Amino acid sequence: MNASTLFEPLWLSVQLAGLTTVILMFLATPIAWWLAQSSSRWKPVVQTTVAMPIVLPPTVLGFYLLIVLGPGGAIGSWWVELTGSALTFSFAGLVVASCIYSLPFAVQPLVVAFESLGQHSLEAAWTLGASRMDAFFSVALPLSVRGYLSAVVLSFAHTLGEFGVVLMVGGNIPGETRVISIAIYDQVESLNYSSAHQLSAVLLIVAFIALFAMFFINRRWKQR
Amino acid sequence: MSQTAIASIFLLVLAIPTSKAEPITVAVASNFARPAQELATLYEKSSGNAVRITTASTGKLYAQIENGAPFDVLLAADEQRPRLLELSGSGVAGTRFTYAVGSLVLWSRDPALASSDCVAQLRDLGKRRLAIANPLTAPYGAAAMEFLQSAELWDTVEPRLVYGENIAQTLHFVVSNNAGLGLIAGSQAMDRRLPESTCRWSVPASMHKALEHQAILLRRASENEAAAGFLSFLRADGARQVISAYGYRIPE
Repeated sequence: MNASTLFEPLWLSVQLAGLTTVILMFLATPIAWWLAQSSSRWKPVVQTTVAMPIVLPPTVLGFYLLIVLGPGGAIGSWWVELTGSALTFSFAGLVVASCIYSLPFAVQPLVVAFESLGQHSLEAAWTLGASRMDAFFSVALPLSVRGYLSAVVLSFAHTLGEFGVVLMVGGNIPGETRVISIAIYDQVESLNYSSAHQLSAVLLIVAFIALFAMFFINRRWKQR
Repeated sequence: MSQTAIASIFLLVLAIPTSKAEPITVAVASNFARPAQELATLYEKSSGNAVRITTASTGKLYAQIENGAPFDVLLAADEQRPRLLELSGSGVAGTRFTYAVGSLVLWSRDPALASSDCVAQLRDLGKRRLAIANPLTAPYGAAAMEFLQSAELWDTVEPRLVYGENIAQTLHFVVSNNAGLGLIAGSQAMDRRLPESTCRWSVPASMHKALEHQAILLRRASENEAAAGFLSFLRADGARQVISAYGYRIPE
């Protein structure tokens, strides 16, 4: 197996996971903040919606995403007008799909972090004349670093391990949507077990390092 | 335990039908699942032997069999896996034969392509995608690649290709309008559940290697008459009619 067939899918997966994680941090912060602060009667509805990707099989997400992101779909047709091509079978489409798929893994740690802040520190900041935004950035954010660390690692790792959704909406295009999990699947299906071993081992090591780093740093923080 | 209790248990055991009709398990490539179901029913009626059907892709069934899956017969969608099974001894030597031959159809439901020359579209796909099955893993994908290469279209269409994991997903890409055109199986194109096509073209069989679907008796059934009987039944006229009615060619 040559280097490009090994590294291209891996690099693609890392790019996908990285970009998805960055987007998710911006997306998940307001959602998690609202969930932590709100006592609205809509809260359970939002909680449920956010948690759905954990429960739903990737085939269900993939099936609906093919409809929504396709050239005739609600998001897909808008994207066609914007860029000239559909979202399905494209890297951009995978980013959208991954953001939905990994959303709960970004939101959940942040909700826990924001909830454990306590109203006191925020109220103190407000009394000292800080605006709500100000209080969030100068008080809440620094106190929630550990939550963000968990959210980043989990979103990244979960997207890296994504398979079913990509299989359904990706179209297996080399360099565009053929991520590492799909490449492994191809190698197994075509009986190239040694290539499958190499790719799987790489993924195994990357996943271990990512999770280990999170638990290790988390422990350090706790001890301080 | 009282005498009568023992006697009644004894009678109960006698009443259980003898295991002569132990069902045979036939592993079937997914694309052939529907005809296989019909064939199984016919065979059950004519022979009295029950048939159980398991479906997955040929590659997965192959891996399962090599790892000891309890199957008696394999109906594969290619000839490579049955041949490998025969070589490794997991299949019974000399029982391998072609039960159906598949074909390729270029198919679209894009309204813009209505009453157009389907093949000509391949020269200028524009923004359209062409869906084929993955040539690496799916026999229909390999055949599609051979056709595109022999028609000298490969270099033109390659940047617009999307790959289905198997021929069923390839069809789904086209039916869900995500790919404008697709190279699907002839048996799929005949399926009445599909939406109306706007253009279709049968790829001449001479433009790709024959899509031979082979069957083989598996090792654990080497002494199983019901399993061997099912294979002979597949070669008989009644079965051949069913197979061709589902859009497959029958080997001579």
